[in-house]
Amino acid sequence: MGTILKERKQQVFRKGEDAFAMACERNSAAGSISQRACVFCGSRVVLYPIADALHVVHGPIGCAAYTWDIRGALSSGPELHRMSFSTDLQERDVIYGGEKKLYHALCELIDMHSPKAAFAYATCITGIIGDDIDAVCRQVEAVKNIPVLAVHSEGFNGTKRDGYRAACEAIFKIVGTKTPPEVNKYSINILGDFNIAGETWIIRDYYKKMGVKVVATITGDGRIADIQQAHTASLNVVQCSGSMLHLAKLMEAKYNIPFIRVSYIGIEDTSEALLEVARFFKDEAMIQRTLCLAAEATHKTMSLVKKYRPGLAGKRAAVYVGGAFKAFSLIKALRMLGMEVVVVGSQTGQADDYKRLRSMCDEGTVILDDSNPVELAAFSLEKKVDIFIGGVKERPLAYKLGIAFCDHNHERKNALAGYEGMENFIKEVYASIMSPVWKLFR
Amino acid sequence: MEMKTNTKSKPNAVTNPCNLCTPLGACLVFKGIKGALPLLHGSQGCATYIRRYLISHYNEPIDIASSNFTERTTIFGGKKNLISALENICTQYTPELIGVATTCLSETIGDDVPQYLREFKSEQKSACLPHIVSVSTPSYNGAYMEGFQATIKSLVVYFAASRPRTRRVVLFPNLVSPADIRYLKELLADFGMNFVILPDYAETFDGGPWDGYQKIPQGGTRIADLSELGGFASAIELGHSLVGQESAGAYLEREFAVKRHISGLPIGIKATDKFISILETVSGKKMPEEIRKERGRLLDAYADAHKYLFEKKAIVFGEADMVAAMAGFLLEIGVIPVLCATGSRSGILKAELEKLSCESGRSFEIREGVDFGEIEEISGKLKPDFMLGNSKGYSLARRQGIPLVRVGFPIHDRIGGQRVLHLGYRGTQQLFDRIVNTIIENTQEQSSIGYTYM
Repeated sequence: MGTILKERKQQVFRKGEDAFAMACERNSAAGSISQRACVFCGSRVVLYPIADALHVVHGPIGCAAYTWDIRGALSSGPELHRMSFSTDLQERDVIYGGEKKLYHALCELIDMHSPKAAFAYATCITGIIGDDIDAVCRQVEAVKNIPVLAVHSEGFNGTKRDGYRAACEAIFKIVGTKTPPEVNKYSINILGDFNIAGETWIIRDYYKKMGVKVVATITGDGRIADIQQAHTASLNVVQCSGSMLHLAKLMEAKYNIPFIRVSYIGIEDTSEALLEVARFFKDEAMIQRTLCLAAEATHKTMSLVKKYRPGLAGKRAAVYVGGAFKAFSLIKALRMLGMEVVVVGSQTGQADDYKRLRSMCDEGTVILDDSNPVELAAFSLEKKVDIFIGGVKERPLAYKLGIAFCDHNHERKNALAGYEGMENFIKEVYASIMSPVWKLFR
Repeated sequence: MEMKTNTKSKPNAVTNPCNLCTPLGACLVFKGIKGALPLLHGSQGCATYIRRYLISHYNEPIDIASSNFTERTTIFGGKKNLISALENICTQYTPELIGVATTCLSETIGDDVPQYLREFKSEQKSACLPHIVSVSTPSYNGAYMEGFQATIKSLVVYFAASRPRTRRVVLFPNLVSPADIRYLKELLADFGMNFVILPDYAETFDGGPWDGYQKIPQGGTRIADLSELGGFASAIELGHSLVGQESAGAYLEREFAVKRHISGLPIGIKATDKFISILETVSGKKMPEEIRKERGRLLDAYADAHKYLFEKKAIVFGEADMVAAMAGFLLEIGVIPVLCATGSRSGILKAELEKLSCESGRSFEIREGVDFGEIEEISGKLKPDFMLGNSKGYSLARRQGIPLVRVGFPIHDRIGGQRVLHLGYRGTQQLFDRIVNTIIENTQEQSSIGYTYM
């Protein structure tokens, strides 16, 4: 009783049984325990991996405390992003305004850490008390001579997606502010990969082998100087469509840089992504190199697939992710292992995403938008799921129900992108499903 | 003794917080009530971040609802969202109690939550409405421990009523681990007491696997017991921070003449002796033999290991009551807590530690309202042998090569944070063994000889 709230009836579908019209892209129903966070969270996760920037949260302590070192986004150099800075607003600041405190906090921290840029994040409270963070940022920029960027991430001002957008707009302000000595025709920006567990490095390495220069990685292992030169790339290659598509569109409009949407999750999608980039440059030698790279890596990974497939074939998976784009790849990757996706959903998918999801799914698959623990548990049990693929918030739910789990969210410590990532994914899925502990549960 | 208390070098910025926000404390308490669901009145992120933070410590599903403010809610007020959240929770979870905690956002726009709740209750025709208890927890005012204590008090004020006097006892255990709560239950039962613990998240935060889905996990303080509080004989509160405060215990004493007893967290022999003497007074029974033996084993261990510990230096950090108790324990085993630090600004740590410093003849640094940036600035100079605190000290401990003994909340980088036992002779024993072995292991690892007997 009461599994699906009446406001949510149009956000839960079973393929084949219902007329399909996903009512997505709306605010979560009050009282529904959405797995989404807020606008601030959206901005914070997207900008977080920029490692040589200062990230100052202008708000009460919680917003900064809960996002301290929260992503597994690695850096090959500076690690300023792994620290947490806050103006820790107190009652007197709420009454008298927090602009001065923000100004001094930014100045103190810039002096101390010499970052290449600073981001000042708005939170619910600074939105309400009306602090003009744009003005503060301009003042600090004038004194400290580095870009100081206001991020309009007031928590209540939309959903996590709006936070992505605010982050993209902050980044866009510095794109084009630096020109490199030479511009390479065969160059791209990697957008929407966050170097979780070193994934950007895996992908960069493929492009290097293909002969493609990467100007900026936005934002995985990100650097301000690279982002400032990002307008010189010939192509934007966008993963995780939810977070970075807006930046790609802004750059297309202003700098005429076309973009393609790709995914590096799974063998097929990784190969397709690399080939699409090679085809874009219309360079036969590069295409040949890429085909070779893909064939070789696919062959290697497939030997692992063959090894693990007999154990995994027929197992049932639930997939619940942030952006729906990742779900497409996961369905393909799991199918390659002989597994079946019986529950699939996302926090912030869009109408087109859900149409595509539906077309990919088997009959009877439950498709969910902005779901909650009650629904996720009910459908996992009903569909007799063997493994749940999601984020930390879903992990204890799966374990309580005696279901295996694979973390595919931004806190994972295991690289899951590219061919190597697929190998890690297979091993992780296998290790969790095959663990003897589950036998004691039943 | 000379006590040093310095001011921060960066007064306007916090670097790596050693504190958490007020609504988190409220959620912890509401999660310890049977059949309860917390509801944060504010943006979605508050609930999601707190859930995520608690999950990494407790490894349990932690459902916290949100009234999910939007821009419109912020302009026109949160009443509509609050009511629709309450209705949806009733439909989906059928809770016995909904614990509403406010956030910065709803407080700043001036939402009158108690008034909204009165209107909601009067408009509801349904007879089986859950209890709705609200607490004001803007995070620009106080921090998680203030939220924790305020929520306990809100529950007591809501439920306690005049009742015929019984011999029952209520224990307010402070923010301790589920393992600590289970231990306290065992201890009070050994004294033959009829007791209630508030909050009791021993099972809700550390339960077994579910046979089918449980919307609200089993366990927790029963509401029927809370309604009887007014007739209880005694209230025991753990935590120096509650001395002189208008706490739940103070309220019960003033309104219903429930005898109030306060003890610091019982960590170490002296502090546990004091707690046990309260239990003896309240129960009218002498310490049972098994507990006396536990105390004996602990004292025996103190003797066995005292040379490893003498004048070793420790940095203790975290929640103020926990830090004060740990400092007292360290001093009695010969370790000097060279820096005692808390993110709390309540002032209680300083008062309590100055007393300890006088008694022990040792001086040490005390910092309140601290962040990890500040701890790191001074820890290099202090050259401590180990750090004692939650796992948020790990990055600093790693940079400076200091072993970290993980205690308190949160423990995010180890399994079993919910099962760390801190309290009583038994908890102290475990803590003591871990501390000594950390020092021995460090010495052994760094020795060129590789002694196999230490």
